[in-house]
Amino acid sequence: MSEILTNSGLFFALLGAACATFLAGTGSAIGVGKAGVAAAGVLSEEPSLFGKVLIFQLLPATQGIYGLLVAFLILTNTGIIGTPQDISLQQGLLYFAASLPIAIAGLFSGIHQGNCAVAGIGTVAKRPDQMGKAIILPAMVETYAILALLISILAVFGIANVNI
Amino acid sequence: MAKADYTYAVARIRSKELKLLTMKDLEALISLDDYESCIRFLTEKGWGNDTIQTGDEILSTERKKIWLLMNELVKEENAFDVFLLQNDFHNLKVTIKSITRNLKADNMFSEFGKVPAEKIYEAIDKRNYSQLPEYLQNTAKEAMNVLLHTSDGQLCDIIIDKACLEAVYNAGKNSDNEIIRLYSELFVASADIKIAVRCAKTNKTLDFIKQSLAECETLNINMLANSAAKGIDEICSYLSSSAYKEAVEALKKSPSAFEKYCDDLVTDKMKTQKWEPFTIGPLVAYIIARENEIKAVRIILSAKLNSLNSEIVKERLRKMYV
Repeated sequence: MSEILTNSGLFFALLGAACATFLAGTGSAIGVGKAGVAAAGVLSEEPSLFGKVLIFQLLPATQGIYGLLVAFLILTNTGIIGTPQDISLQQGLLYFAASLPIAIAGLFSGIHQGNCAVAGIGTVAKRPDQMGKAIILPAMVETYAILALLISILAVFGIANVNI
Repeated sequence: MAKADYTYAVARIRSKELKLLTMKDLEALISLDDYESCIRFLTEKGWGNDTIQTGDEILSTERKKIWLLMNELVKEENAFDVFLLQNDFHNLKVTIKSITRNLKADNMFSEFGKVPAEKIYEAIDKRNYSQLPEYLQNTAKEAMNVLLHTSDGQLCDIIIDKACLEAVYNAGKNSDNEIIRLYSELFVASADIKIAVRCAKTNKTLDFIKQSLAECETLNINMLANSAAKGIDEICSYLSSSAYKEAVEALKKSPSAFEKYCDDLVTDKMKTQKWEPFTIGPLVAYIIARENEIKAVRIILSAKLNSLNSEIVKERLRKMYV
């Protein structure tokens, strides 16, 4: 049992990479999907607004990219990609913990940014001249995904210097 | 059951709202010289279709467009019961009167009910009430018997009108959307006040008034009926202490001012739906806005046909949603 636990560091590191990709990606998929539905509604009445509504639809896509970035960093730092390394259980758990900010904040901010983008699409449908203001509102949600990304990246890079 | 998603529908409605007539459009329409210019103005705004020429045809086409759009956007069967039930009861009333008086009334039927008008006509013509939907069966039987035995058209009307108010109220209360519940409440409350005023003016008995009024949350029906039995001033005094105290001024002015007050109140309450992106609320608000618009255009076209003063028309125009 203790041998299994000792060798499961890599498993937890990989679980962290998977969570970052899967949860943040799910948030983006839901957000982009919702915004896409609203965009299609507007386009069926006003096809000339394609360029504007496309930007709104793409706003919630970034969380998925952030999750991918953190997962990639975990995979390279743990040697899953590149030179194989020994990862202790403690290190594995630390990589898992480092993935959580972008995994969880990515999931929820993606969904809520999607909702906000839907409302923005409604605004642009009625007032195309208010595109600038309408886009700032869903963009504010991005702040929290960026903060989570920052902490995840700092944590992933910092684990190598932790004495355990 | 999964909650219906109206994201796509609301986004389409947002684009459609751009084509709603504004107060400026209505003022421009009023300022036109004659009926033909108004028809041209409406056609340029996309009203009617290429072959249509008369005002009535244009308005009927516009109403058809509303329901074609809603049928396309909303698949839930009972979503718009609060509107469609009104048309079913209207069709029931027309059917009973046309059958008992042996009159042709084809152009009086509304085509936007929950059940086709022909089905209602056929069921009542054959006295086969079980063919009707459940919510119409008892009312149809009772109204038909009353009209056949007493020839009292007014009594027949109040039976159907009250059943309609109750059906709309229940449909509203059973809805999980706040704006539909609010609409059904306002619809019944304003109808009750109109009935009370009419009864007071025609000196109806307390029993008749109580029989005519339908229950709702914002009015105490017993107090309203008692006030109506005493006269208009008593109704105004009761309303002053109710949620509809602004109605008093309109009531004192004229019946058409009160009608305008009721429509404007609904429009004002619906304005919150301009910012709602996900629920059926904006669709409900759009239906009301379009009906209001059609009503306003009808008033203007009638005024043009009858050469009425534009000031009288302006007084009767409802607030617009946009």
